[in-house]
Amino acid sequence: MAAYTLRRLLAAIPVLFGLTLLVFLMMALIPGDPATAILGSYATPDNVARLNAALGLDKPLPQQYLIWLGNLFQGDLGRSYALNRPVLDEVLERFSATLILAGTSLVICSVLGLLAGIVSAVRQFGWTDRIVTFIVLVGISTPSFFLGLLLILLFAVKLRLFPASGMYAVYGGGDLADLLHHLVLPALTLSVVAAGVVARLTRTSMLEVLRQDYIRTARAKGLTELRVIYRHAFKSALVAVIPVIGIQAGFVLGGAVYIETVFQWPGIGAMLVNAISTRDILLVQGGVLVVAASYVLFNLAADLFQSILDPRLRR
Amino acid sequence: MSAVAQTVSRSKAGGRPQGLRLLLNNRLAAAGLVVLALMIAAALAAPLLPLADPNATAPADRLLRPLSEGHLLGTDALGRDILSRLVWGARVSLAVGISATVIAAFVGSLIGLVAGYAGGRTDNLLMRGIDMVMAFPYILLALAIVAVLGPGLLNALYAIAVINVPFFARNIRGITLGLSRREFVDAARLSGKSHLKILTTEILPNVLPVIVITMSTTIGWMILETAGLSFLGLGAQPPQADLGSMLGEGRKILFNAPHVSIIPGVAIFLLVMSINLVGDGIRDVLDPRLRSGALTRPVARTAIELDDEEGPSSRTSGGNLLDVAGLRTEFRIGPTVHEAVGGVDLHLAGAECLGIVGESGSGKSVTAMSIMGLVPTPPGRITGGAITLKDEDLLAASDERIRQLRGGAVSHVFQDPLATLHPLFTVGDQIAEAITAHQPASRSQAWKKAEELLRLVRISNPAQRLDAYPHELSGGMRQRVSIAMALANDADVLIADEPTTALDVTVQAQVLALMNKLRREKNASILFITHDFGVVSAICDRVAVMYAGKIVETGRTSEILAAPAHPYTRKLIDCVPVLGEPERRLDAIEGLPPPVSDLPQGCAFAPRCPIAQPECRAQAVELAPLGKERAARCLYPLTHTTGVSADG
Repeated sequence: MAAYTLRRLLAAIPVLFGLTLLVFLMMALIPGDPATAILGSYATPDNVARLNAALGLDKPLPQQYLIWLGNLFQGDLGRSYALNRPVLDEVLERFSATLILAGTSLVICSVLGLLAGIVSAVRQFGWTDRIVTFIVLVGISTPSFFLGLLLILLFAVKLRLFPASGMYAVYGGGDLADLLHHLVLPALTLSVVAAGVVARLTRTSMLEVLRQDYIRTARAKGLTELRVIYRHAFKSALVAVIPVIGIQAGFVLGGAVYIETVFQWPGIGAMLVNAISTRDILLVQGGVLVVAASYVLFNLAADLFQSILDPRLRR
Repeated sequence: MSAVAQTVSRSKAGGRPQGLRLLLNNRLAAAGLVVLALMIAAALAAPLLPLADPNATAPADRLLRPLSEGHLLGTDALGRDILSRLVWGARVSLAVGISATVIAAFVGSLIGLVAGYAGGRTDNLLMRGIDMVMAFPYILLALAIVAVLGPGLLNALYAIAVINVPFFARNIRGITLGLSRREFVDAARLSGKSHLKILTTEILPNVLPVIVITMSTTIGWMILETAGLSFLGLGAQPPQADLGSMLGEGRKILFNAPHVSIIPGVAIFLLVMSINLVGDGIRDVLDPRLRSGALTRPVARTAIELDDEEGPSSRTSGGNLLDVAGLRTEFRIGPTVHEAVGGVDLHLAGAECLGIVGESGSGKSVTAMSIMGLVPTPPGRITGGAITLKDEDLLAASDERIRQLRGGAVSHVFQDPLATLHPLFTVGDQIAEAITAHQPASRSQAWKKAEELLRLVRISNPAQRLDAYPHELSGGMRQRVSIAMALANDADVLIADEPTTALDVTVQAQVLALMNKLRREKNASILFITHDFGVVSAICDRVAVMYAGKIVETGRTSEILAAPAHPYTRKLIDCVPVLGEPERRLDAIEGLPPPVSDLPQGCAFAPRCPIAQPECRAQAVELAPLGKERAARCLYPLTHTTGVSADG
């Protein structure tokens, strides 16, 4: 297991390097001249050239990448010109808020999705199955940004149960209870689609597993049906579902863009949308890099967890 | 299990309903199709419909509620007619979504086809590139692309197309990889066709269904995501509007005029929902696995639906350990009924070994699995007869009682120990679980007992083996583990369903010897299912030969081996291979058993029987006694009548 873990960790390194290359190239290929963007269209060609030299943009691309990578290792992602603060500071501050939201959603979507999928499979073709299947279909067809608005209208405006925006109350908030109170609606909204995807896959996997010979063996041993389903069948189904939960990490991290905009959650998604509008390229670059890297780590964790469950994967 | 698989696969070949009809049979998919068709028709006909100008502002009429005069769905913050904007917006959303899908499908399929067909370095390079794209969270990559290209509807379209390319590339590559190793592609290659021609004429037609499935399942996403980008203000730019940007604009006045955002939101939902319904319907039609109804899960116990007229308990038990009388088990698949077991009588005395012999599909396994209700339902169910274990009516017993008996008084050993042991639990865990299910033992006690059991079935180093997973053991070792598990609770009856079939010959002999020894030591009865008379001779006291769901001959093993009465038994015995020919092929008997959904009127074996007479086909043949403990279902039993020879 230790050797396998080490191998998986090592395998993640080239992926992370690939990410930096891709992010770097993407931003380097942006049409137009960053110096002109920073200085405005009234800048003299002389000033533009000087700023380009200062930013290292007059050097060949591979060299630029190496310099950028070197800075990255020193925790220097450049400076956001719109916010006038280091990109890394801003990104990490925003990312922690996103992590709270996305992490909570990931837990909610896993629990809801797995439960719904199991119940649906066990009651296949029954009414429970039909209702769950329909709810799942509605869930994955509803735009999360629209669902967020509906929930705001219902729970914040009509029922006044939960706040419509922000992460903490403006006055007198700031403790955990306050955070949770603000977290309910956005986290729920963000997890709906992912929960639907997990539920669908869990149902299919459970149906697949319940037909296996080893389930008949478990029944032939005289195990209770609860044990057959929740221990024997579920463990196998979970092995198939875990990678998809890993992929859902990507969906909630990306989907946070909508939810943070709708609920004005101070996370990295809302930051990215603003940064794109203000053409704050370095901030976009830093934000995309950090979220993408965290997604790689989420998937790595999913892989490792999967191999804990399935000894056959450890070789 | 093999019997079930056979009946299922046979019935599948029956009818293949037309795709569209299947799609329309699915009520949800049909409803989705109607809604989708209406929305597409409205969007296409937008210029012809009597709609207001979607961009004509009227400050005096701003924020009119729905059902206002002249504005069916009201107006927005600038007084523009929402209905008109909705139709025009849906037109844009649909156009963008469909275009993105087509682009993603084209590029992705192309990459997948080339990678899968070329293989090697090309494949590696292309797929690493695809992996790179997939390493980004889905929507984040779209954002990054829009950040590079700048906000705008066309750029949003490109971004959405790009992030969906990997789905197509991966799916298509997988299928292509499999296809390009098939014989017909090799043949095309040898016939001198160019790579391009092979790809387009041989491979493309075969991957097309996969492309269609992937398109139908991703187009909803793509419409959703383009709407999302527009919602964030990164897609459609004013004055142009799609459904997403309408929702985005409406959000700013959510509290005073919710209808401005709710209406486009509902429209997106309806559009995506109808597409997903149709997509699911298409997938169900094109995915053969679902079409055959294979994805149904068996419930804990076989359904029992006794026909009243038969009078289930009318047959009394003969005072044996186990009595099976008039057992009928059938499979309902679609409209066809497969009568896998058509009235079987069996009895098993204490410490006796009864062999049930027959070809695949003869109903021998189904008979044995019916006893403890382990025939998968759906599609199987027991429709008649009686099963008594020590005077207890098993068909009338509660589910809980059956659970207690399973693994307790009656235990099972199955055919393929790799498939029948759980791959994710250690051997010790699985044996210990069998113990704790029936005995009040602690975990450590159970493990101790498990170790003893492994020693009993002659596994060396039992303490270490307990921590092994099934895949870490050899086939023979795994079957010993299965046997150990079956012995965990000192069962009265051991039902062994082809326990040696998946093993090679030497291991087979060892396992048989082990079972024989344990039977004498533990004084247990064995119901031994096999297709192999060689195995029968090694272990069984008595034999029942099954054909097409019925017992055709029964008697003491030695007698039957010496002088088979039924021509089928004779043929089966002849199938036992000569030393040095380990290949056991039962289809050495000419022809195939009749489908149990359509049994002939007379003797079921008559079409394959070398000595069949016209009377054999005329009417059902009864099981007739031929002396003590001996019976055969034959009008012309071989050794017991004169004038008929088997060598014909």
